[in-house]
Amino acid sequence: MNAQRLIDMANDIADFFAAEPERAVAIDGVVNHFRRFWAPRMRRTLVAHVRAHGADGLSELAHAAVRRLAELESGA
Amino acid sequence: MLSIKETDLGTPSSPAAQTVTLTIDGREVVVPEGTSVLRAAALAGIEIPKLCATELLEPFGSCRLCLVEVEGVKGYPASCTTPVAAGMRVATRSAKLEQLRRGVMELYLSDHPPQALAAGFGTEMERVAAALGVTQVRYGFDGRHHLDAAIDASNPYFRFDPAQCVVCSRCVRACDEIQGTFALTIRGRGFDSMVVASADEPFLASECVSCGACVQACPTGALMEKSLLETGQATRSVVTTCAYCGVGCSFRAEMRGEELVRMVPNKEGHANHGHACVKGRFAIGYATHPDRVLTPMIRAKITDRWREVSWDEAIAHAAAEFKRIQARYGRDAVGGITSSRCTNEETYLVQKLVRAAFGNNNVDTCARVCHSPTGYGLKQTLGESAGTQRFDSIRHCDVVFLIGANPTDAHPVFASQLKQRLRQGARLIVADPRRIDLVRCPHVQADFHLPLRPGTNVALLNSLAHVIVTENLYDAAFVAARCEADSFAKWKKFICEPRNSPEAMQAETGVPAAQVRAAARLYATGGNAAIYYGLGVSEHAQGSTAVMAIAHLAMVTGNIGREGVGVNPLRGQNNVQGSCDMGSFPHEFPGYRHVSDDAVRRSFEQAWGVRLSAEPGLRIPNMFEAALDGEFKALYIQGEDLAQSDPDTQHVTAALATMECVVVQDLFLNETARFAHVFLPGASFLEKDGTFTNAERRISRVRAVMRPKAGYADWEVTQRLANALGYPMHYAHPAEIMDEIARLTPTFAGVSFARLDELGSIQWPCDAAHPHGTPTMHVDEFVRGKGRFLLTEYVPTRERVNAKYPLILTTGRILSQYNVGAQTRRTANVVWHDEDRLDIHPHDAESRGIRDGDWVGVASRAGDTVLRAHLCDRLPPGVVYTTFHFPGSGANVVTTENSDWATNCPEYKVTAVEVTRVGQPSEWQQRHAASERRSRERLDHATAPK
Repeated sequence: MNAQRLIDMANDIADFFAAEPERAVAIDGVVNHFRRFWAPRMRRTLVAHVRAHGADGLSELAHAAVRRLAELESGA
Repeated sequence: MLSIKETDLGTPSSPAAQTVTLTIDGREVVVPEGTSVLRAAALAGIEIPKLCATELLEPFGSCRLCLVEVEGVKGYPASCTTPVAAGMRVATRSAKLEQLRRGVMELYLSDHPPQALAAGFGTEMERVAAALGVTQVRYGFDGRHHLDAAIDASNPYFRFDPAQCVVCSRCVRACDEIQGTFALTIRGRGFDSMVVASADEPFLASECVSCGACVQACPTGALMEKSLLETGQATRSVVTTCAYCGVGCSFRAEMRGEELVRMVPNKEGHANHGHACVKGRFAIGYATHPDRVLTPMIRAKITDRWREVSWDEAIAHAAAEFKRIQARYGRDAVGGITSSRCTNEETYLVQKLVRAAFGNNNVDTCARVCHSPTGYGLKQTLGESAGTQRFDSIRHCDVVFLIGANPTDAHPVFASQLKQRLRQGARLIVADPRRIDLVRCPHVQADFHLPLRPGTNVALLNSLAHVIVTENLYDAAFVAARCEADSFAKWKKFICEPRNSPEAMQAETGVPAAQVRAAARLYATGGNAAIYYGLGVSEHAQGSTAVMAIAHLAMVTGNIGREGVGVNPLRGQNNVQGSCDMGSFPHEFPGYRHVSDDAVRRSFEQAWGVRLSAEPGLRIPNMFEAALDGEFKALYIQGEDLAQSDPDTQHVTAALATMECVVVQDLFLNETARFAHVFLPGASFLEKDGTFTNAERRISRVRAVMRPKAGYADWEVTQRLANALGYPMHYAHPAEIMDEIARLTPTFAGVSFARLDELGSIQWPCDAAHPHGTPTMHVDEFVRGKGRFLLTEYVPTRERVNAKYPLILTTGRILSQYNVGAQTRRTANVVWHDEDRLDIHPHDAESRGIRDGDWVGVASRAGDTVLRAHLCDRLPPGVVYTTFHFPGSGANVVTTENSDWATNCPEYKVTAVEVTRVGQPSEWQQRHAASERRSRERLDHATAPK
């Protein structure tokens, strides 16, 4: 999957949850959205992107959410 | 004329609960107070002759045929305008009455063409004359008459013959009272009285919108469908449901053998109550258009000619290809698309095929590109992905807030109901960049038009909520009783922040703050307030956020859970609601239950006999991305034209071109079929049984009136494909599919074809607690329990104007055409709209040297196309607008990949563009025209089966 397109989508999702004053709730919101609406290959691609390139292109909240997603999906 | 199967009771029913007892022809009759004598008699089975009266219209009392005698009353009152009274004694038959009626009828016939009466169409005029025994005219035809009056045949669907007109005004009143267009009038006085359209213009050139209400109302045949004149009177009538917009009008398809004579809106229809529009009533010719492909075809490569094959070979080939591709590229390399143009049973089967036979959740539907944000936003806030009301709810509404919808064009029958309520005094707020018809049209004037900039819905909705909360106009008791305290408190703090005020948001929306404040006060304090919205809300980068913000407005003002209020998404296609209900989204089973829900998944696994994936599948745009990456190789598309309807056409077609097997099941060789390897002929709604679910959650029957022209209904084709894939399906009739849906979907538990036949239609949820369905949702509590508020921060779209792309393009549809135009382009509706044009404000046109009718290039970051310019001040400077009904227009070559954050619904409504005068079609259009020629050649030279 095209990582850039997924980065844009992740940033859009994070923009919505960024209004949430509690950071943990905001991160959970983004992560839950990934898990409920994104096919596994999309999640894998984004996680792989972060592992390879860090936050490159991602907003701060989106980046934090992908890192949390990576933990959850690796069973951590 | 009325349907061959319907009886007409003469005047509308009375809503009164009190009854009155009277005597008619010696029989005691009990009817609601306010009922006319004419209707009371009809209800008692006593027919009184009439011409100017119909139950569709208020009584008028002009034809002087329905005269009766009332004990103690002098003279012979018209029964249509005489209300019943307790103890009234009425005689409908007497020698004097017969004499009077025969005399009146004879006068009518003295200026009526005898051959028209003998034509045998069964008009009311014909039947009344026969009932009165008037066969001769004593006066002859030598005097002044109208028999030579010119026939107006300008309208493609009906003709007006003034010689047959008795000036009863039923047509004029139908246009006024039912349709609300006020296009007809009576010109002249006395003998010179004549029905005319607009200022005595041909119907086609007039303001007439061809809804056909006048044709249906006409009792004499003066206004008559050309199809009826050409085919002759029908011999049978079948009740079915329209296949156009989300209003879901009920029709009687009147048939003569296998031939459709005409479509007559069904008076008993719960959504439309006997009304229709130019599409549903008249634009049916596509179903028998010669463009329909009726033989299955296959080809190895998309550059090959098509090869006509048997159904067996086509199905076997498609199944073998799906299996080959899954074996080579993996189980997740294939998927399917369901269609909102198909029935619930068909969409259910396609998603079942994908989940059970393909073994993944890569199923999506065209609602992805229209109302997917509605599903998401309403589920999050209210707990159910559906509108909250029935259309009739508008009758109890005091304030209508219409945002991002243009009902007079896109949902015309609802628009007529809305206009009726507005004429009764309901107030109207319109939020739309364009000055749509409802802002100002005959007898309708919006209280507020908020012409917001495209892309700023959330900013406007937040500022409306800001006013309501900060000015303490909200319903604190409702919120305390019905909504989550925590989420409301958090939202209240957010919405009260000054950055959400109309004054702060004015810079974004372009709407004066004072207007926003006044509109908010009206919505919050004007009585029953209802929100109606359309794709102008959902098709944005913040589509889902806007839907949530709309739900917030309804909750915070307590405008939900009863008649006259609520949140009303106007669905674009006939079965958008149904296709979503049926589990067409990749993350949900039927009934909007997530695939990760173990208990739900187990119920489907048990019923379907297979293991099912707990992971969401790919959405349509994700499928395209995966295809371009070489991971997605095959797609089964039922009744959807991705290559025309989806945004960024070149991106879509590039993705389709990478696939190894695209199976298109459709009526026509559509744009997507250029990239197809298998073509499976589809069946029109006239050729199959099933159900559609309209915008008000109303499930209505679709009934076959003719055999499938290609041999199979669409559900049968899906079933054959599933069987060929090795997954058994053995339904004998769509009723059995609905029975399975009902067993597996709690909100459909009480639905069956038998129950639908009994009740006419059912609004889900329908279960043991609601055996007749649910007209109004969230009455005592929300489906999710407590209503939820979310923080709807306004985030500007990334699609910004700049020096290179200084204008915003927004798109929409027009009354006479429908979506990608596959149906309406193949009807006489092209007489009103034969090309998509670019509406541009005169100021923007002048600064670019553009004149009306010039060819202009429209360039965006995604691509460019060429359209003819239409100078128009319906939209503000800086905004341009086009429709998307013709593939050659390339409207979606220009739209971008930007999409709603939650659902990937494309942001069709906001594209930054520049417009310039040009001399030739765009490169894309030239390539498209060449491709169309080649495609046509490949079809024309298709090889027949050996």
